[in-house]
Amino acid sequence: MNFLPYVVAAYLLVIGLYGMVTSRNLIHMVVCLSVVQSSTYVVLLSIGYRLDATAPIFVDIPVGTRAVDPIVQALMTDVVIGVTVSALLLALAVQVHKRSGTLDPNGLSSLKG
Amino acid sequence: MSSSVRSTVFFIGAAGLAVFLLWGLAGLPDFGNFRGDYGLLLNRVGVEQTSATNIVAAVTFDYRGFDTMAEEFILFAAVLGTALLLRAQREEEEEPAEDMAQDRRPPHDSDAVRELCLGLVAPAVLFGLYVVAHGHLSPGGGFQGGVVLATAPLLMYLAGEYAGLRTLSPRTVVELAEGTGAASYVGVGLVGLGTSVSFMKNFLPLGRPGDLLSSGTILILNFAVGLAVAAGFVLLLTEFLEQTLEVRGRSRA
Repeated sequence: MNFLPYVVAAYLLVIGLYGMVTSRNLIHMVVCLSVVQSSTYVVLLSIGYRLDATAPIFVDIPVGTRAVDPIVQALMTDVVIGVTVSALLLALAVQVHKRSGTLDPNGLSSLKG
Repeated sequence: MSSSVRSTVFFIGAAGLAVFLLWGLAGLPDFGNFRGDYGLLLNRVGVEQTSATNIVAAVTFDYRGFDTMAEEFILFAAVLGTALLLRAQREEEEEPAEDMAQDRRPPHDSDAVRELCLGLVAPAVLFGLYVVAHGHLSPGGGFQGGVVLATAPLLMYLAGEYAGLRTLSPRTVVELAEGTGAASYVGVGLVGLGTSVSFMKNFLPLGRPGDLLSSGTILILNFAVGLAVAAGFVLLLTEFLEQTLEVRGRSRA
């Protein structure tokens, strides 16, 4: 099952997108966006993985030991960034609820200028 | 747009996406056999070039330090935006928001939760600082350590000490820390530009790999990011908590 991690990533992407499109609640939509985002983590970590390899941290193992790719792992800083962006979106949801009294995206069809 | 129209648009789009997704997935390397040249190269020369034994940290804060600066500013902008949105809203509020469940009172905090949370505050701070300071040696770093540090004020809140949270993290100090963290990252980059020819140049002595004081600016940048992340998360936390407490407080008065 060499392709299973990629299947998981594709599944997370598609199910998250489906959730966003059919969402009836803005908070649910933000959570769905996080699911879509997590699919990128799965695909990046899967690409960088090497069988029988260790973490690219050479503090107690000699340089040259078979290690996984460090470059894709460095992109995982986005996990922390993603949380703050979710917070921003949730603050927007709070604002929307205050202005229109609803969190249902369908109830926002009339944009007020 | 009605939901049936939206679903139709989605399924047409999804069909297109599926084609590209399958095409892209088919082109991915076999799982477990990735042979990315740059990754292999950095694993070989990274320790020697940067003195950081954690190659991931070397990539994040040295080889692509400029990119990480942009990431830190995404965080900065998101925190700033959240604070602006929630504060503006509190100020313009004219009518008190209605508490939907007036008869529901928050339950009293149990003593066990209280004592446990208060007892964990100091270890959380210590562990957070440890994770930040050892980012160049072992797994961890500014981003992870900053989040751990931000749990300390949260534990104060969980212990029922909202006043304690404010004492532990006064707003002015948190705001200053957030700005300082983001600015010192840029500052380190500019010093690199001044002392050599390139922005983000690692201008400090590298030291011996494995030592706590080694890897030059990677250590400094970890602290800058740790400060910005910790302050950012505490700021987010207090903004959302104040939002809740204010609404709750008003409807009781």
